[in-house]
Amino acid sequence: MTTKLMGEPVRRREDLRLITGRGRYTDDIGHGAAAAAFVRSPYAHARILGIDVDAALDVEGVIAIYTYEDLVGPMAEPLPVLIPHPQLTAPRTGFPLARDVVQHVGEAVVMVVATDRYVAEDVCDRITVSYEELPVVVGVDAARAAAHAVHEDVPDNVAARHHQETGDVEAALAASARTLSFTQYIERSACMPMEGKGVHAVWNHDDSSLRVHTSTQASTSVRAAIAAKLQLSLEKVEVIAPDVGGGFGVKIVHPWPEELLVPMAAIALGQPVHWAEDRREHFISSAHEREQRQEITVGYDDEGRVTALDVRAWHDNGAYTPYGIIVPIVTATQLVGPYAVPVYRVRIDSVYTNTVIVTPYRGAGRPQGCYAMERTMDRIAQDLGLDRAEVRRRNLIQPDQFPYDHHLTFQDGRPVIYDSGNYEGLLDKLVALVGWDRAEERRAEAASRGKQLGIGMAMYVEGTGPGPYEGGHVQVLGSGKVLVSTGLTSQGQGHETAFAQIVAHELGVPIEDVEVTTGDTRRFGYAVGTFASRAAVMSGNAIALAARGVRAKALRIAADVLEADVDDLEIDEGLVQVKGTPGASIPLRTVAVLSNPLRYAFDEAARQATQFAGPGDDSKPPVAVGDAPGLEHVDYYSPIRSTFASGAHAAVVEIDPTTWEIDVVDYAVVHDCGNIINPMIVEGQVHGGVAQGVGGALYERMAYDGDGQLQNASFMDFLMPYASEVPDVVIDHQETPSPLNPLGLKGAGEAGVIPGTACIASAIEDAVGRRIAAMPISPTELYDLVRNPDAERVPAAPTGVPA
Amino acid sequence: MKPAPFGYADPTSLDEALTLLTEDGAKVLAGGQSLLPLLSMRLASPATLVDINRIPGLDSVVVTPSGDGAGVRVGALVRHVELLHHAEAAQVQPLLARATSNVAHPAIRNRGTTVGSIAHADPSGEMTSVLALTGGSVTVATPAGSSAVGWADFFVGPLETSVHGPAVVTEAFFPALPPRTGTAFEEVSRRKGDYAVCGAGVTVTLDEDSRVTSARASYISVGLVPEVHDLTDAVVGQSVDSADWTAAGALARTLVDPDGDLHASADYRRLLVGVLTERTLARAAQEAQNR
Ligand SMILES: Cc1cc2nc3c(=O)[nH]c(=O)nc-3n(C[C@H](O)[C@H](O)[C@H](O)COP(=O)(O)OP(=O)(O)OC[C@H]3O[C@@H](n4cnc5c(N)ncnc54)[C@H](O)[C@@H]3O)c2cc1C
Repeated sequence: MTTKLMGEPVRRREDLRLITGRGRYTDDIGHGAAAAAFVRSPYAHARILGIDVDAALDVEGVIAIYTYEDLVGPMAEPLPVLIPHPQLTAPRTGFPLARDVVQHVGEAVVMVVATDRYVAEDVCDRITVSYEELPVVVGVDAARAAAHAVHEDVPDNVAARHHQETGDVEAALAASARTLSFTQYIERSACMPMEGKGVHAVWNHDDSSLRVHTSTQASTSVRAAIAAKLQLSLEKVEVIAPDVGGGFGVKIVHPWPEELLVPMAAIALGQPVHWAEDRREHFISSAHEREQRQEITVGYDDEGRVTALDVRAWHDNGAYTPYGIIVPIVTATQLVGPYAVPVYRVRIDSVYTNTVIVTPYRGAGRPQGCYAMERTMDRIAQDLGLDRAEVRRRNLIQPDQFPYDHHLTFQDGRPVIYDSGNYEGLLDKLVALVGWDRAEERRAEAASRGKQLGIGMAMYVEGTGPGPYEGGHVQVLGSGKVLVSTGLTSQGQGHETAFAQIVAHELGVPIEDVEVTTGDTRRFGYAVGTFASRAAVMSGNAIALAARGVRAKALRIAADVLEADVDDLEIDEGLVQVKGTPGASIPLRTVAVLSNPLRYAFDEAARQATQFAGPGDDSKPPVAVGDAPGLEHVDYYSPIRSTFASGAHAAVVEIDPTTWEIDVVDYAVVHDCGNIINPMIVEGQVHGGVAQGVGGALYERMAYDGDGQLQNASFMDFLMPYASEVPDVVIDHQETPSPLNPLGLKGAGEAGVIPGTACIASAIEDAVGRRIAAMPISPTELYDLVRNPDAERVPAAPTGVPA
Repeated sequence: MKPAPFGYADPTSLDEALTLLTEDGAKVLAGGQSLLPLLSMRLASPATLVDINRIPGLDSVVVTPSGDGAGVRVGALVRHVELLHHAEAAQVQPLLARATSNVAHPAIRNRGTTVGSIAHADPSGEMTSVLALTGGSVTVATPAGSSAVGWADFFVGPLETSVHGPAVVTEAFFPALPPRTGTAFEEVSRRKGDYAVCGAGVTVTLDEDSRVTSARASYISVGLVPEVHDLTDAVVGQSVDSADWTAAGALARTLVDPDGDLHASADYRRLLVGVLTERTLARAAQEAQNR
């Protein structure tokens, strides 16, 4: 067999296109379309008193101006609460264009359509909106204090109180030999895909149909939303996610106001309309994540084994809750990580602030949970004078404890039952990979160079591949080409390659013959979307099942032709052959031709399938009962619950005690995503994740001032790490297959980012001996910390010393 | 992020450019690396951009190694990258290459002009400080004629110079480094290539016995306009190998008045002024011995 491709580092077939400027993004589509631009609120909280467009009407090139008053039917209603939850008792969403009150800087108030974007912005400049400013709430603490309300009818600013517990935590804490409590903060960052959002809509008047290209992670659901909001029949709406320049979560939210308004205008104006979000818009009107205040109390025994964990947290959900409380649920349920926590209680209030909405950003609540749990492990170690690795080891769920039930309810409404894992194996590999046991030696060496060296680690478990389902379609054409489609979208992860590998492997065809299409509702109408590290698990398995269906059918047809038993056939390099009988074979493409009995011969290949081409069996109908023409198959994969991937990271930092610059000198990752389809792709995902982890730990923050103005809404001041700031990453893999799905996969997309903040905080703390209780941290803040006489000193715990 | 409408002219002579600049709201366009972002964010909306890139004679680096007028003359169209790699200029005034290597990233250095960055008068720019530290000047052409303006008279405030009305800065002049003088330049930035959180350029001059006769520094992203601080008092007469650079750093801290911003508090900048002063003076003094 030559076509076994699972687990091979096949080069990404999309890269040549994407890195040589031949990608086709929303902004590349539809030249000549009218351009939309938006007047957005300059205030964080204000009542709209009036909108004066008079001065804008005579700008040459203006085509239309829309305000809330122009919205009709469902468009005039609030945007959907996409993921309702019983504990989300006060959900609030905005309108596509603000109605009376704006709740954050950047909220869309007026849409302008003009001949091009330049003119559209000129028009925007001439529109005057008058506002009455209202009191502004910024930050979790202000939201919690509730001196002012974001939404008038939610006076305590609490959208949801999320609460889960696995036993009587207070009794368990009281019974614990030791307890400790602490409070810590983590700030906002954001996905910041290279390509912002973008929408291009064409209304075909002749057949009353709408085609929308949008830079989304969920094209099928955008389609349904557009149909519902614009009152169109579903089959008249096509939504396509073309090449998408990164998503990282922000594009799973939908329908964005622009995804409705641009098609609305295209229909109303009878001409194509296009909108490309610019960077400032992305900063102030897309989504952020991560801000939480966490209060943690942990009980443990003298050996450092956790006996009870009580977490009280406040999660800043921004101005609205269109994506429900997924982020706080994920924090709550993933916080426990790889550890056995006998009694656990978590209460997270999701609170409103007058800031950009908070929805999943790669990691989606897990970095915060990991930060809570891992910093707890560090503190237990420090309290007991134990090695931080050893304390972790003592608390790990053991390999024989799987499936492991945490008695929690996950973001998909299903139980948090870890399917499989080997956490001790991860820890062993990590300790070896980073040289944990040589830390003291390295510390001394760095000190001789005038540097303070510190080392930190963090472990995580990531629920990946949640349902409800994805589907796959595989079709072999008479040319031998194999078409594969799935409804789930791609944002550059390498799906084209990974899915092609799966099909080539399952079907026994050369990978060059396989063509993959994702996120195009014309090709596949049923899908959920790309999020929660689910593409490989969900669509990967669905596509594998579809390929197996095609294979079964191909063998059946070939068995007839070759007068052989199905069990004696194999497919290799696109040829169906009788095992061990060279020459007794038929190309798969011929099988495809024969699978579709024809009356008309439109080409040479088709001739073979026409009614007078061969002897035929006139005792049977050309298409058997229960069969269908064509060599194709559709299948779906719907999991019983999520799979749980895991990993462990370690960082070594060096700090210059004269300038307090922080240099991450080593970064080690051990990663377990079950069976690996393509290790090169997995490593790429890990690298990208680590880069975002470093960004979140040391560089990125959304600097809101007290008035709710985002002071760093550009790449000049919002600092994402360059390649020069991201350390080289060393990776070791561990493969613990998931028993839940046919391919044994777990997700790998988000993992790289999850432990970054926790493990870098740990390393810095280790280096400077001061408590790090707020992340991210920059040199200027570190300088403030080390010279503050009241800053908590951290007892040195031995590193790498056997306890 | 699209500019408001603006007119555009690309004159082929300085006179033509100056005539165009007499119109209201006309502005010089050089490398565009500072001006175009301002336009795109609609923070500036000049009526006309007068593109000086087609004016002949503004694109040379003239190095005069010694004698009268010793130094480096940098034409208005010389890009940062040219100074970075100009060996002769580096001989005569090493600060030019040292500082330009800290200006942004290659793509920006390929387009941005050194004179443009001086005309832009950003106190976070490297070359404004270098002009000050070297005691340089600029040549300003106006419809009334050309004249040299010393650095101290040129910089008035952040993004503000003493030049008003129609004018093109045609060149910048950086005097040659005196004998027995060494230089050093170092900065701390949040990410490689970013504008400095704090930067320091220094010169140290020694006498024949390798004792310090002069130590001067100019800082980046500290203060509203470039300034030169004389630190000689802290180390005067001290031998290069045992000079108390820490004292010079401490003195520098008392002389500066930095502001805080998103990336650094005023205190942190003051800390860096001290640290960078110490480091750079020590290096510059070593270098001075060999010149
Ligand atoms: C991402 C980024 C990072 C950067 N980082 C740095 C950095 O670290 N350090 C640094 O110093 N700079 C940095 N810059 C700015 C860069 O150096 C610019 O090139 C420089 O500041 C301006 O030069 P320019 O030729 O591009 O001028 P332009 O952008 O064309 O003009 C800037 C201003 O100066 C005026 N002007 C220009 N030339 C003349 C002239 N001859 N006579 C009269 N007026 C004139 C213009 O009218 C305008 O007001 C950065 C820029 C970017 C985009």
